[in-house]
Amino acid sequence: MTTIKELANTENLFTSGHRACAGCGGTVILRLLMAVAGKDTVIVGATGCMEVVSTIYPYTAWNVPFLHNAFENSAATASGVESAYRALLKKNNIKKKINFIAFGGDGGTYDIGLQSLSGAMERGHNMLYVCYDNEAYMNTGIQRSSATPFGSNTTTSPAGSVIKGKMQNRKDLTEIMVAHNLQYVAQASPAHWSDFVNKVKKALAIDGPTFINVLSPCPLGWGYDPSLSIELARLAVDTHFWPIYEYENEKYTINIKPKQVKPLEDFLFTQARFKHLKNEPALVEELKRFIEKRWNMLLQKENFCK
Amino acid sequence: MSNIVAKTGNEAMAEAMRQINPDVVAAYPISPATEIVQIFSTFVSGGKVDTIFVPTESEHSAISACIGAAAAGARVMTSTSSQGLALMHEILFIASGLRLPIVMCEVNRALSAPINIHCDHSDTMASRDAGWIQIFSEDSQEAYDQTILAMKISEDLFIPVMVTTDGFIISHAMSRLEMYENIDVQNYIGEHKTPYNILDIDKPITVGSLVLQDYYMEIKRQQADAMMKAKEKIKELYVDFNKKMKKNYNVIEKYFMDDAEYAIVALGSTAGTARYLCEKLREKGERVGIVKPRVFRPFFATEIVEILENVKGIAVLDRSDMMSSSGGHLFNEIKSAFYRNNRQPAMRNYIYGLGGRDITVGDIEDMLKDIKNFAISKEKTPDIKYITVREQEKK
Repeated sequence: MTTIKELANTENLFTSGHRACAGCGGTVILRLLMAVAGKDTVIVGATGCMEVVSTIYPYTAWNVPFLHNAFENSAATASGVESAYRALLKKNNIKKKINFIAFGGDGGTYDIGLQSLSGAMERGHNMLYVCYDNEAYMNTGIQRSSATPFGSNTTTSPAGSVIKGKMQNRKDLTEIMVAHNLQYVAQASPAHWSDFVNKVKKALAIDGPTFINVLSPCPLGWGYDPSLSIELARLAVDTHFWPIYEYENEKYTINIKPKQVKPLEDFLFTQARFKHLKNEPALVEELKRFIEKRWNMLLQKENFCK
Repeated sequence: MSNIVAKTGNEAMAEAMRQINPDVVAAYPISPATEIVQIFSTFVSGGKVDTIFVPTESEHSAISACIGAAAAGARVMTSTSSQGLALMHEILFIASGLRLPIVMCEVNRALSAPINIHCDHSDTMASRDAGWIQIFSEDSQEAYDQTILAMKISEDLFIPVMVTTDGFIISHAMSRLEMYENIDVQNYIGEHKTPYNILDIDKPITVGSLVLQDYYMEIKRQQADAMMKAKEKIKELYVDFNKKMKKNYNVIEKYFMDDAEYAIVALGSTAGTARYLCEKLREKGERVGIVKPRVFRPFFATEIVEILENVKGIAVLDRSDMMSSSGGHLFNEIKSAFYRNNRQPAMRNYIYGLGGRDITVGDIEDMLKDIKNFAISKEKTPDIKYITVREQEKK
């Protein structure tokens, strides 16, 4: 068990001075990730908020080697880095054990980079892929993605008088990764930092591809006060909106089962992106039904794999 | 020491890759380059190379993985063709922009639509502005030699290189190949050179930064400058290759050009057909010559003008069309190379062989007759002709 004090005392490998917004969930995720991964790590980042805010030339927020290639190919790029490492190990040109971590937002992971991710995971490269899922294309100004939840108002699924935001439910990327027969797949939330840290540790200990999907609250895109990021990340878990679970050795474990499930409205109506749903109880019911269906399926999977 | 064998273009390129023994090959099969990847896979599975082979799920991921591997200090190669090269397009610019040495064995094939798997140069030409060095090969021997040479060029200049052959015409045609001993290839290419290494965790660097208005232009200017300087260095490396490997290659090949009145300029396999014709015509006393640019990027404009300026007429053969209404790629390069030159020979563009349409000795002979008439005539239009094509009847 890592304490918060221990984490705070680790070398700062993702440093301050980056240009992320106040309250950005993504930077909290990266900070925690790097505290666990440590110095012997190579990062490959997809084009997106985290890359843009951390690498504006001639500055960098990274105290580890960092490579950015393009938007849709961070997994493929990392597979090349990892292959080079294996080739150089064989030749004895390198001896140290190195962690390879690729990351992308939901745009670079669920959508445009899905094929690249799927290929890299199927090929079995020794790497951890972390998706910071802020549920829309935030870097380009809040456009819908396949991770955007039903009903959400985005700039390409605007809530109008006829169409009330995004009319499709989100894609379940975490389960798509489970379907790749990976040894370790998890969902996490920055509110449950200890759980996330353990998941990163587990993933990095595995010799093979692993995947962690982390909910990444976005004050600008979701429309809330920046002080509420962690609170929202917690509410997402407590409302079943974002279950915290892992798939490990062919077994599902739901890490957090809220004793008292909070009303979904508590999560939705803290955010501007859902405010138009206040007058649309039927749509809220539809979203609730979907969330509960997914939660129940997850419970069944957990039970089935016992 | 060398061995004489019979190999297709694809086999020759795969053999060159084997002898280079790269650290990483990331590739995706596509006709007519599929065999290169297949043959190389057998070298990997049979322990003939030390390479880590990354069989990606697309060409886009193949070139992306090449970038990752090259940035990690590995010697890297790939292979593709046509739609595959087009799918790589976005990432080609990143490979050159990050100054990564990568060698690609590329087999020229038409681009869709309509879909067609046969030879033309549309794919390579569509990548001409991607900041890669581009080298054309006439036959298996050139494909083999230039693949080995390309590794040296790429690692000396930190510019990625694509070496091309003509789909099926060369890629699948068996011909005589003189191969070097493995050790000679290894000695020639030498130790792998890398511009930087992201596996050096003690010296962490950030590669692929976001560069805005304040620095972007300086970085691109440096890249352009590197390509300008590359011209002299590529020439030197050809000379060095000839010396070490006992060959006689140039960046632009010329045949019978010393006293030629008419010249044919062609890339790749067609230059061989044209040379055969030229030898026959020379026996009859006709003063015709052939110019075969091997290196298309960077473009050796001054050199090509020097070779061509004293002829009466130039037939520029293009196996691709820019679809700009101004002809093919080679024609446009040569035309602009002649701008402000004192001597201005007549020049006509012949677009031929799209989608693998045959080009025969007779076709080239007709072209020569045409360029002679064109040079004599006062009419200088049209300067673009599509040959061996069934033209639509005018209604």
